[in-house]
Parts: sequence; structure tokens; C-alpha cells
Amino acid sequence: MTASIPVLGNMVAPELLLEPGVDTAVKKRLADVALNAAKSQGATYTDVRIGRYLQQFMFTREQKVQNIVNAESYGVGIRVIVDGTWGFAATSDVTPDAIAKCAQTAVAIAKANARVQTEPVVLAPQKGVGEVSWKTPIQKNAFEIPVQQKVDLLMKVNSEAMKNGGAFVTSNLFFVNEQKYFASTDGSYIDQDIHRIWPTFTVSAVDRVTGKFKTRDAISSPMGMGYEYLDGLTTEKIPAPNGLVGYRNSYDMVEDATLAAKQVKEKLTAKTVQPGKYDLVLDPNHLGLTIHESVGHPTELDRVLGYEANYAGTSFATLDKWKTKSFKYGSPLVNIVADKKQPHTLGAVGYDDEGVPSKEWNLIKDGVLVNYQAIRDQVAIIGEKESHGCCYADNWNSVQFQRMPNVSLKAGSEKRSVFDMIKGVEKGIYIIGRGSYSIDQQRYNFQFGGQLFYEIKNGEITGMLDDVAYQSNTQEFWNSCAQLCDKDDYRMFGSFFDGKGQPSQVSAVSHGSPTTRFNGVNVINTGRKI
Amino acid sequence: MAILTEQEAKKIIDKVLGYAKSDETFVSLSGDRTGNIRYARNSVSTSGETSNLSLGVTAVFGKKSGTATINEFDDASLEKTVRRAEEIARLAPENPEYVPMLGPQTYLKTGTFSESTDKITPEFRAKATFDSLDPCRQKNLTAAGYMEDTTGFSAIGNSKGLFGYNRSTGVDFSITVRTADGTGSGYAARDVNDVSKLSTKAATEVAMQKALASSTARALEPGKYTVILEPTASVELLRNMMGSMDARNADEGRSFLSKKGGGTRLGEKLFDERVTIYSDPMNPELPLDPFGGGGGRFGGGGGDGRPQEKVTWIEKGVVKNMYYSRFWAEKKGVKGVPPPGGVIMEGGTQSLADLIKSTDKGILVTRLWYIRAVDPQTLLYTGLTRDGTFYIENGQIKFPVKNFRFNESPVIMLNNLEALGKPVRAGGQLIPPMKIRDFTFTSLSDAV
Repeated sequence: MTASIPVLGNMVAPELLLEPGVDTAVKKRLADVALNAAKSQGATYTDVRIGRYLQQFMFTREQKVQNIVNAESYGVGIRVIVDGTWGFAATSDVTPDAIAKCAQTAVAIAKANARVQTEPVVLAPQKGVGEVSWKTPIQKNAFEIPVQQKVDLLMKVNSEAMKNGGAFVTSNLFFVNEQKYFASTDGSYIDQDIHRIWPTFTVSAVDRVTGKFKTRDAISSPMGMGYEYLDGLTTEKIPAPNGLVGYRNSYDMVEDATLAAKQVKEKLTAKTVQPGKYDLVLDPNHLGLTIHESVGHPTELDRVLGYEANYAGTSFATLDKWKTKSFKYGSPLVNIVADKKQPHTLGAVGYDDEGVPSKEWNLIKDGVLVNYQAIRDQVAIIGEKESHGCCYADNWNSVQFQRMPNVSLKAGSEKRSVFDMIKGVEKGIYIIGRGSYSIDQQRYNFQFGGQLFYEIKNGEITGMLDDVAYQSNTQEFWNSCAQLCDKDDYRMFGSFFDGKGQPSQVSAVSHGSPTTRFNGVNVINTGRKI
Repeated sequence: MAILTEQEAKKIIDKVLGYAKSDETFVSLSGDRTGNIRYARNSVSTSGETSNLSLGVTAVFGKKSGTATINEFDDASLEKTVRRAEEIARLAPENPEYVPMLGPQTYLKTGTFSESTDKITPEFRAKATFDSLDPCRQKNLTAAGYMEDTTGFSAIGNSKGLFGYNRSTGVDFSITVRTADGTGSGYAARDVNDVSKLSTKAATEVAMQKALASSTARALEPGKYTVILEPTASVELLRNMMGSMDARNADEGRSFLSKKGGGTRLGEKLFDERVTIYSDPMNPELPLDPFGGGGGRFGGGGGDGRPQEKVTWIEKGVVKNMYYSRFWAEKKGVKGVPPPGGVIMEGGTQSLADLIKSTDKGILVTRLWYIRAVDPQTLLYTGLTRDGTFYIENGQIKFPVKNFRFNESPVIMLNNLEALGKPVRAGGQLIPPMKIRDFTFTSLSDAV
């Protein structure tokens, strides 16, 4: 699910975001206060996260800056196990006394909850990694780029969109920096500096005579990168039919806005779709969300076990299906991997929020469900001895829990471009961009829209379509996967504010894929009159 | 410390305003204590309690504004925050849509605060959870639930003499009960200001009943059906529709309220004449905050201090009001009301059981889920039924049915009205159960 845009922390001057955080040696001393205090109160395991979370969000419309948010959040979260039960407490008072008191509170909560606990926590062992550090390998720290330069970029984006036919335009930049220090009684002291970026816009076109209006959103992807993502390098552009451009690890925001304005005007007069079965050619910037909803969420082990039953739901990908070792999630072409390692991705970190080094593992191999996403207190349930390393908390004051790692569809091994793929389609629709999305609470039935739809007839694109959405069942859909483009077409889609849990927390996650063909998918017409 | 009295809040706000050197200054001060408890698989999973007290200062020079916030309250910190807001404002780009701040306002004394909710303790939460878990364990059903309670205050003030203070409390409770074999699932949700009106046991019993009654559901063909929507099912569709009544979007031609050829559909009859929707901050069943807060979603400018009043949005099917930002209201030369905190849809006197009794053939929908906009032009939404869907024949529930995906617009839905029941509070609104004809289900789901 996608959460509303959350601002975490206090509004501060932009310069403050560049001040260095507390020295690692100081953080280690503070962390030890928490570990010792909890242990002396009876905790059998403790971890502590000292976190400084920085955000800069910029919002514009047409030639106006609507808002610039600079936020900083700093504090400590302490998690303990006492009597086989979790306890958690957090404080913004980062002093030894307050931290010791916070550790005591966490222990007290664990003791209170132990009375209604029926399933004691079993934690997979994790060898301490000592004093280590990890940084997102950025070239340009977005927080160091002057605000005016960023405003100028957005004003240029907006003016090009208006010049090329947009009636209205909004554009935004989101920058996040997590400075996280993790320590645990396993003997880990991990300092991490994580950066994320998301440039995006929406261009609207209005036809006053017919009363129709349409929008086209950016086809950028949020990335685990610095400001260099906005360099718009030609070498990172992937040409696509009808003058479309795919962006790999570098995004040309002005070019995309210019294209968007032309395309949104075309959407006003696009032909309404004839409902029926079509072969779908799905661009990575669209397919990423389908992967997220129909593979990412159903393979979260906490959902499978029922921990999210009251909110996000459970999963059709049950343990009994997995245990057969033959559950055909998709066609043999479907290889889906989970990872926390791919460069430039939102999920890439050195270690997760319970001190487990990043990994890569298969979820679906040759079409068969082979694994889940699990963390330290779940992994024993699927007979494994080591956590997958996908535990995350969105702030120091949130308790960490299982969150989706990058979940990506592997590219095909045969040489194939999107041009080649479209040539082979007799009756189909080529879909680009993230649109409307909805899926049931066990992840069987879904419906997806998009930003751009092109009709394919006898191997050629004949024009733009409107009112398109496809409905399918997860297993049927992935079993209809018929063809994959190769690694040269592979690129990322991302979800910057993925929501889960009660109280809800956000996380950011990437989904890589090549352009992919699915045969005979049910397309409905969403046009209505009111 | 997190909850300040009106006098304490005013003292801090006045002190902050005293430090200000900007043309205009707005101060928001809010504090709360929020507690939660979460359970699943018939056992408690997490719980916590947090306290927050924070102050936001917006400084304005001409048409440039800047906001800084802090959660420390010594004099030096307060002054530093004012200086920081002023520094950010000086560096900010000019906002051509800036509207000068309001002077003193009169705010309603609404009943958003309850002593009983204010006094909730961790023991109370544990007991409320036990009352919900225990009956499920006894019946070999599996419960997953969540309760969150909050007590807090909000105060605003500005350099033109505006001041407002309000205390409020709230509790949200939701429970999903599943049968041991996973073939049945039921849900109940309650939201109240006063926790003495909440029985987690009674709500859980509703979810248990639905879980048991919904197991071994049969498949019906998708298509157009007469449906009875319980308020928990219709609330999000209505909330989304009310959230689309922004006047600027309508004037700009990008709203369901935009008119072909230009202009808006204000004054047009868009719905069945039995549809009347209004907001009333003084309604005892749904008391609302008397003013918007000073913070706003993006850290400033969200609340502008306009008082909340009774507003009729739709009367006998006719669109009577849209909501305005202060900028757009000034540009259009209208008073311009702010968006409501919650709405009340008028209904009848019939109970849900009466509506079922009067139905020849239809489907009872108890909850809709994963609702997403498909087309903002027609307010077409898609989503699915969840946690108990039942076939009705000759005035009786005959059997549970498998879940459907729907594609429907609340505008079309409120034209296809057959009957309305007695409104009840759901999801921060007061909504009647509704009987609707020709509700569009487009596919089946295997989900339970």
C-alpha cells in the first residue's frame, strides 16, 4: 500500500541538515548505556538505534513554490526481549540518564505484555559484526545542492510542461537521509548513512468544451542515489516506441515533462478501449507496482502467518503451498529475487535494523515459489537459521518489523528489446507508468491502470488508448508471462512511501524488471458518465 | 507536560509572539499522549505509548514565509525557533498566493474531549484487549486487532490577535476475527471520542458472528446487483467524494464538479433527492475540532485559523457548497468555507435489519477494501468486498458469497438510491446504511 506523505520530525533551516551528526564514539557510549541498563533489568536481548532522520521536500505548481519542508528528527529507540516477549520504548532525550530510563520502560512493557503472550519470541542467531559502517555510494549529496538550484529545476520543468500544452503542472522533489547507528547485545555497532531521492510531477490537460481532463505523471523512479540521479545522462536513456524514453539510473526531468505535456493533450482525444483479452507489454515503470502488490506483499512472512490480518491482510501464498516445492506461482520464465544489495536501489543498505548483513535470495525460481521475506524472529518457522535481513523501522521512535526488500523480476537471457517484443504481438496494449492499483487482502484479485496506453495491432503501435485497466488473478497473471526483454532493458521502479503496520510506518523499496509480455489478460473499460 | 491548559498554552504563544520581528507571525502549539496495543494470532504483538509537545512558528515577510518547529520550551529555545523561522522566511521564494493572516475569530465550544478517554492507562488497554481476545480463544477463532487512544490539545495564535484552544480525545478500535480453517472472516471497527461508549467485547462479538457466518462462501456471477452497504463499507467512498469538493479544482476544470463548457456544477442536482450531507461541529455524536490546526500535512500553512461552522454540502441532491482555500475564496470574492473535519449524511429511521427485510434479492456488503481512484473525472473507484459478504433473498440472509471487485462511482451510487437507514458513526463520519440498486461488481476474488 502507499501511505500519504509523512513528515517526520521538526522543521529546521536547510543549513542544519548539513551539520554533522553526533560522533560515532559518543553514539557507542550512549548505546552501551542502553544495552547495560536493559540487561541489568533482566533483558535477554537488546538492540538500540540512535537515529537522525533528515528530509527535504519541495512542492511547486506552475511558476509558484508552494512549500519547502526541511525536517530533522533525532532520538533513540530501544527494543528488548524479556521472558520471551518484545518490549519497545523510545525517547528524543539523547542523554545517558534518559536512555537508561527508556531502557527500563522497554523492559517494563515487555514484562507487562508477557502476561498475555502465548508465542515466545525465538530469535535467529546473528554473530556480532563489531564496529562497522556503510554509506549509500552517492556522488552528489542532495542536501548540499542550494535550494535555489532545485527551485530553478522545478520552475524549468513546470514552464516546459506549460509551454508544450499542459494546463496545470505540479512538481516535487523528495530527499531523505537516514543517519542510523545500531548496536545490539550480539556485539554489533553499525553506523550507516543512507540517501534516497524522488523527483516527480503531474501535468494536467483540460478541454473546457467537452469538460474532459487528463493527467500524466512523471515516469521517474525514486532511487537510492544522490542528486546525480537528475543529471539526465544520455547513456542511461533507453529508447522506446513512439518517442518514449525509459530512464535507468539517470533521469532527465525536463525532457520527461516536455513529453508528458504532449502526451497528456493526446490523452484527451485517445480512443476508448474495447474491453476483452489482450496481450500486455508492460514497461518496467509500470510492472514494478504489479510486482510490488502481487509478489512483494504476498511473500512477506508476517502476512502469511497472520500478523497483518487486521489491516493489510494475509496471503494466498501459504506455507502449505510453499512446502510442496512445486507451487507454480508463474510460468517457467518467472525468476523473482529479493535483495538488499542492488546498487542505486531504495532497499540497498549494509545491514538491516536488527544488525543482519544485506543478502540476496530467490523468492520464485523458474516459476515455483521457493521462499519468503523473513526476519530474525520468524525465520525459524521456514526452517532457516539466518535472517534474510529485511527488518526496518521508519524512525527512531518506531519499532522495527519485517519490511519488503527489493523484489525484482530477472531479465531474460535471450537478446530482446521492447521493439522486438512489440513486433511479435498481434492484439495487445503497451502500458507505461504507475496508475490506479487495487488488490484484495490475500493478493489474489487485482486491477491496475497506468499512465500511457498504446494499442498494438499486428506488431505495430496504432495509437493511444484511454479508459484502460486490467484485472487478473495473481497466479493466472504470472503464469501468462510469455516473454522477457534482456538485461539492457532492465531498470528500476520504486515505491517511496510504502505503508504497513499499525500504527502505520512507511518504507521505500525498489522493483527491477525488464519490459515483459503477458498473454491474454482481461482488460476492462473504465469510462463512465455522471 | 504534554497536555497544557488554555492559560499555559496562551502564555507560551504570547511569549513566542513577543520575540517575533516579522510582518506577521503564526504560532501553533499542540501536545498529546497516544497509546496503542496490537494483537494477532490471539496474542499481543506490540504496544507502546508516546507523548509529544511541539511548537511551530510561521514567520512572514511580505509574501515570503518560513516555518520552524521545536519540542523544547525554555526561553532560549523558543526565541531560537522564532529567529530560525524568520531566517527561513527571508530565504524563501515569494508565494504570490499568500493571503494575510486572519484577525481574532470566534470558535465554537465543541464536545471533542472526554475525561474517560483522557484517563486511559496501559492496564485499561490490556483489559480491553483481553475482553476482545478471550471470547475468540473460547470459540477457537483467531483474533487480530488494534486499539489506539489519544488525548491532546491544540492551540493557535497569531500577531493579529487570533487565539484558539481546544482539547480533544479519541479512540480507534478495529478487530478482524478469522475461523481456524481460514474460510471465514469478520470485521468490526469503532471510533469514539468517549471511551465509555466503546465495548471491545461487543465489537468483537459482531466480528465473530460475521466470521462464522461468512465461512464456506458460494460464488455468484459478477454483474450489477442491489446492495445494502453497511456504513463501514460506504464510508471511504463518501469520504473520497467529499474530499473532491475543492472549489479551485472545479473552477479549473479538473473535478467531477467541473461543468462542460466551463464553470462548476454548484447548484445542480447531482444526486437522488434524499441525499443531504452536512457538517456540524456541535453534533454530540460527531463533535469536530473548532478550527484547523496550525501545522498542516507539509509542516505549515495547512490550518489557517478559520472557524469550523455548520455547513450544508449537498441538500436534497443539490450541490450547495464547495470548500475553498483562503486564496481562492478571495480571488473569487466569496466567503469560502474550509473543508470539514467529518460529515453527516441524513438517513431514515430504519435499522440495517429493516433494510434487509425489505429486500427481495440483493447483497449485504459489510466492508470495502483497497479502494483506489480509477477516474477523477467521474469519481470512479475500484476496490473489493471483504470480511463478510452475504446473499439476501425474500428479506433474509441466505448464504455467504465470495468477495467481489467493484468499479463504481459514489455519484452514480447516490443516484441509484433505494433506501436509507439510521445513521451511525463510522470512520469519523455519521452515515446511514444504504440500499443501492445496480452496484457494479466486475470480477470475483478468492480472498477470505
